[in-house]
Amino acid sequence: MNFQTFTFYAFAAILIFAAVRVITTRNPVHAALWLVLSFFTAAGIWLLLQAEFLAIALVLVYVGAVMVLFLFVVMMLDVNFEVLRQHFKSYLPIAGAVGALVLFEMALVIVDSAIGRTTAAPAPTGSNTRALGDLLYVDYVYPFEIAAVVLLVAIVAAIALTHRDRKERKHQDPGRQAKVRREDRIRLIDLPSEKPPA
Amino acid sequence: MAFGAPTLAHYLVLGAILFAISMAGIFLNRRNVIIMLMAIELMLLAVNLNFIAFSRYLGDMAGQVFVFFILTVAAAESAIGLAILVLLFRNTGSIDVEAQGRLRG
Repeated sequence: MNFQTFTFYAFAAILIFAAVRVITTRNPVHAALWLVLSFFTAAGIWLLLQAEFLAIALVLVYVGAVMVLFLFVVMMLDVNFEVLRQHFKSYLPIAGAVGALVLFEMALVIVDSAIGRTTAAPAPTGSNTRALGDLLYVDYVYPFEIAAVVLLVAIVAAIALTHRDRKERKHQDPGRQAKVRREDRIRLIDLPSEKPPA
Repeated sequence: MAFGAPTLAHYLVLGAILFAISMAGIFLNRRNVIIMLMAIELMLLAVNLNFIAFSRYLGDMAGQVFVFFILTVAAAESAIGLAILVLLFRNTGSIDVEAQGRLRG
């Protein structure tokens, strides 16, 4: 057993254990931290598959951003998680059945088609990032720009959904400013003219 | 073969196990939306693992480009999902899926 094989099995074991802990742990903060561990080990496995750029991107984007967002939300919401876990045991049989069924179906497909294809394509030469960039910025440039728009829409949607309008805030309303008429601002008062001093 | 050097089948089996675990997780945490979202993230991770394994073993970089897009969309999905979750909690005081019967006719 060489080092690569050992690394694969070690990472796979940690990954599966962490994934099981994510779905069974009592505390959602712990679940988020187990999910961080599973992302790290998945990044290690992606490195074994020589997808260096995506492995780093997974750590940066998921562990650095998405999981922090998860932790932030879990800690911000004052949820009583014990209430949510009351029927946990009663869901166990159906969850186990569904998981086993999915695994069984996939095992049938994999055993049928993938076992035996043991020869990998020749190892890629040169930089993985460069190869990915060559594809991404030439062949997939329109999907790339659509992905940017998707992210922009996500930012706008997340802010628009959670933004709370504060009552005491002072701000200008350009619509009301443009609609203003003379009568709103000026009040003409008839005053009797004063007598000039004698 | 079974526990030898990793082949394509090994990575696919790992992805299948991960997918099955997250599928079971969605059924197991039927009430807790946060854990459900985490299970969805795990599911996407399993799919990405399959894509990268195929990309490596078939020698086609397009699979990795696809993983890149899946990562983008998944990040957007979790951001909006968590925003909706915050809104749900703010309006109903609970994140219990079973209690959200308000839209039912």
